[in-house]
Amino acid sequence: MTCTETIQAYAFRSLGFGERLLPREGYDLCQQFTLIGSGLIWNVYFAVVTLALGFFLAIGLAMGKDSRHVWIRTPCDWFVFVFRGSPLFIQFFVAYQLLVLLPRDGITVPLGLFDLHIGTDWMTRAWAGAALVLFFNTAAYTAEIFLGALRSIPKGDLEAADAYGINGWSRFRRIRFPTMMRLAWPAYTNEAIFLFHATTLVFFSGFPAFQQRGDALYYASYFAGRTFNPFVPYPIVAFYFICLTLLLTWVFGRIGRRLNRHLPSNERARRKPRFLPQIIR
Amino acid sequence: MFAYCADPKSLEGLSWLSCYLTTGTHLSFYASFLTVLVLLAVTAPIALGFGFGGAMAARSGAAPLRWLGKGYMAMVRGVPDIVFFLFFVIALDQGIEWLIHQARCPGWTDPIRNGLEFRVCPQAKMPPNSAPQIVHQIYGFALAVVTFALVFGAFAANVLSGAMKAVPRAQIETAESYGMTPRQVFRRILVPQMWIYALPGLSNLWLVLIKATPLLFLLGVQDIVYWARELGGSKTSTYAYPHPDWRLWYFLGLLVFYLLMTALSERLLARLERRLSRGQATASGEAQRREGGQTA
Repeated sequence: MTCTETIQAYAFRSLGFGERLLPREGYDLCQQFTLIGSGLIWNVYFAVVTLALGFFLAIGLAMGKDSRHVWIRTPCDWFVFVFRGSPLFIQFFVAYQLLVLLPRDGITVPLGLFDLHIGTDWMTRAWAGAALVLFFNTAAYTAEIFLGALRSIPKGDLEAADAYGINGWSRFRRIRFPTMMRLAWPAYTNEAIFLFHATTLVFFSGFPAFQQRGDALYYASYFAGRTFNPFVPYPIVAFYFICLTLLLTWVFGRIGRRLNRHLPSNERARRKPRFLPQIIR
Repeated sequence: MFAYCADPKSLEGLSWLSCYLTTGTHLSFYASFLTVLVLLAVTAPIALGFGFGGAMAARSGAAPLRWLGKGYMAMVRGVPDIVFFLFFVIALDQGIEWLIHQARCPGWTDPIRNGLEFRVCPQAKMPPNSAPQIVHQIYGFALAVVTFALVFGAFAANVLSGAMKAVPRAQIETAESYGMTPRQVFRRILVPQMWIYALPGLSNLWLVLIKATPLLFLLGVQDIVYWARELGGSKTSTYAYPHPDWRLWYFLGLLVFYLLMTALSERLLARLERRLSRGQATASGEAQRREGGQTA
């Protein structure tokens, strides 16, 4: 098999296109790069979807945690505590077991005129179930970052808003939200990188890889297990991740610069996002 | 465990539960919580030691040593840590066997990496094939500890090197002007003062370390996740205590365990931070001094 044929056969293997069986022989560099790269599609999918959705839930949670009403604040506090205080690994397990408990043949909601039928089996698949867990998880971590930013908005800005009679929704949209974003951006960049790395846990915890369609690490460990040689597949995963992390930092850096574009340049330089002081969850 | 547990089929209700929860496998499950605590207790100081070494190497005057330190710190950035966990355990295992192989079997001519196999001479197997099960378990655990310490040591090196840079320049200059040698400055001024700057980062790292412990399961150690899966799986009536799939409850138990650990740690770390700020040239140290001044 030439390298082009390998790429044709396995480039979209993780999505179910191309060759069904995983390679049983050879295990050359081309195979490893192609399959691991194919698995990387899942990592990117999880990262993009959950970051995009988690962003909005996080804003809601941060506002909720900042609320004066106890019955809004307490649930938000608990949500954030549970998802930040426990390992993501365990969260995946619990979530999978919970989702398996849903009735097999779906839920039927009677709506008077007709019955609404909701299937549930897709929820136990990684693309939905694991994305849900990651979505809640990143929302909780991001909420804490946004809350910190919300509380460090300069008092003068809010007083000035009051003086101009800007309040309510308009004050949030024009004063609090942009400043919150600006202050939170470096930490949020780290959270994004961090979440991207956390996507590797999906197929190593509760969610089974359906028809061996796994993520980058899943295929890497397949090769490592087959060849008894960890020195090729894992560095390939590392290489892919470093490239994508650099891309992510670049994109977030561009956005961050745009958020800060009205500030004098010496203030801008102070809050540069660090390239990953981050870790596991 | 209890005398009335002799015939589990005849039991019901609470007495069934009390017998069920004290079976031999459950006792192993409880012991595995201890495994996690031991891992934390052993890994944290070793990782801190690695971190300290890395941070010291990174600010060393000798260029090769500095590159080593910086390379170590950069190692874990940008790559998911779980990749390291999976990688290091096999790499360490093979590395150790390879070294022993070189020492014990000099006359061995077959290639070690023969195609897809990794083959060393029988004397170099670690642990020896004849060793009892417990030795294999301890060896696996030790590999896990070293792996955790290596990865978290790199994070700790980052934190500590930041903390060393954060100690006010004036403090160092004062020490130098008193004629202290660089070594004395390091030992008497820099190290005692850096901890308060390192503490927020180290606290964070500790919480992360707690949350990383379920990864032991991936390293093949029989930890709490392993037992929760084993015990929770549905048991047919051939078992002494048949029950349906209870994994959800076991995992919820683990979730609560970790939440308690985090909450407790946060409380203790907040107290430690207060203690360490005492008498420091930082905002919170100054606030404590003022508070004390008012009451006195």
